[in-house]
Amino acid sequence: MSSNGLVIAVPRGALFKDTLDRLERIGIDVGEARTNDRKLVFADGTLITMRPTDVPTYVAAGAADVGITGKDVLMERDEGPAVRASHREVYELLDLGYGRCTMVLATIAGPDPAAEALRRLGVVRVATKYPRIATAHFEGTGRQAEIVEVKGSVELAPLTGLVEAIVDLTATGTTLRENNLVIREELGVCTARLIANPVAHKLQARAIDELVERLREA
Amino acid sequence: MIHPIPSGTRDVLPDEMRELRAITEALLGVFEQAGYGEVYTPALEYETVLARAALADARPAYRVFDENGEVLVLRSDMTVPIARVAATRYAASEPPLRFCYFAHAYRGVRPQRGQAREFLQAGIELIGSPAPQGTAEAVTVLCRALDAVGLRRYRVGLGDASLYPALLDGLSVPDEDRARLLEELARGDFVGLENELRGLRLGEEQIELLLRVPQLRGGQDVLDAPAGPVADAVAGLRRIRDLLEPQVADRVIFDLGLSRGIGYYSGAVFEVYDPALGMPVGGGGRYDDLLGRFGRPLPAVGFALGVDSLHLALAAEERER
Repeated sequence: MSSNGLVIAVPRGALFKDTLDRLERIGIDVGEARTNDRKLVFADGTLITMRPTDVPTYVAAGAADVGITGKDVLMERDEGPAVRASHREVYELLDLGYGRCTMVLATIAGPDPAAEALRRLGVVRVATKYPRIATAHFEGTGRQAEIVEVKGSVELAPLTGLVEAIVDLTATGTTLRENNLVIREELGVCTARLIANPVAHKLQARAIDELVERLREA
Repeated sequence: MIHPIPSGTRDVLPDEMRELRAITEALLGVFEQAGYGEVYTPALEYETVLARAALADARPAYRVFDENGEVLVLRSDMTVPIARVAATRYAASEPPLRFCYFAHAYRGVRPQRGQAREFLQAGIELIGSPAPQGTAEAVTVLCRALDAVGLRRYRVGLGDASLYPALLDGLSVPDEDRARLLEELARGDFVGLENELRGLRLGEEQIELLLRVPQLRGGQDVLDAPAGPVADAVAGLRRIRDLLEPQVADRVIFDLGLSRGIGYYSGAVFEVYDPALGMPVGGGGRYDDLLGRFGRPLPAVGFALGVDSLHLALAAEERER
């Protein structure tokens, strides 16, 4: 069994193992991808591996026909209706269910420093790797926020006084607890999603529909 | 000295210009032969003119004031200006009217491959010719134009903008829920669409229908499948198919989920795909209510091709040959 001639973009990182398991269950050969973490292209070019944030980029451009990535990545790419532009970037076809995480707003335990900053200073500083999601959340709830984009461990930012709050993805909450942070608000649940290039979705309709069905049942 | 130009715009130098010119000449030949006379309209229009049309995702992004304080916009599409021309300059002419154009339009998109803020469109508008004949003529001219350019592997997706609203009507989905469903569909988010549908008071069978129909796409068998609330729209697509020559019909993919991000489409809509390019090369459809907003109610249909997108697809096809 193969990928029906489709090029599949597979995310390395937290979703990698579950994704390979799922693809293996529908009969796609993932053996080499499992063992070789230097190579990027497998199974005669039908399986390509990359960072989860790059998956929508490859799929949108048609360099991959379909891909798997987290809903958090897709939400963060959404520039809102104003810039959503005159074409669909990717189709979102299936909620794969695994990689379940929650996007949360967290602060240091004890009296809520974010609430205090909002009350006394009128604005709360928020560190995040997801500036668009954080901005939309604060705009959507009518609060003013200064979004500070960080690339590394977000948990460090409130501990050092850089910010009062963070917006981040958490699976078990262990890292938050270990750094004395508590969840104040839940922004949404994120799982792995199957996405498709809009043109491939039309021109390779049968192959894509069949892949969706097999993945749904696996 | 390096002098920059605005993001999303670019200079075209002679080697590329020669290739672009060859494409537009081939297109013009086909358009002229089919009886479509070339027009040109100002890049700047009064905002109130473009505001007469529901442009949605294609709304204008760039505005300036003139010396009288009037708001001018850079046109974001050519269909609305040509609707204005038809109503203003051809107020008493016997339809049908046939126009073609090669003109730049401007949108506030995030610049990337195939998405520029200033882009050259080539297209036709057929005014006063109703469905299905007018639609069949437009699709036929479209295929001839793409053949003349030299694309070999293109396909034309054909759907109907009124199909999903009719389906929602048929299942009595309340107005206040519709906008969210249509938004999810326009974004191609079928997971979001399912989540929204599960939040409504609908039976399992109805949810299944509302999810399945917009994903029906492919050959003619698509037109045999569903009936009920979408029977009218599907019958309309069947009538178009019956009017197409075999070599045009072979290019068509029937797509019951096709929706374009422009609000004025009222019936059949189409989109051009090439496997060498990850995004549509162009598209069009019927806009039977637009001319009425300019005081000359006439059914109309048209399409626009992105000349740069055509060029990219052609170059990619040639590489793969």
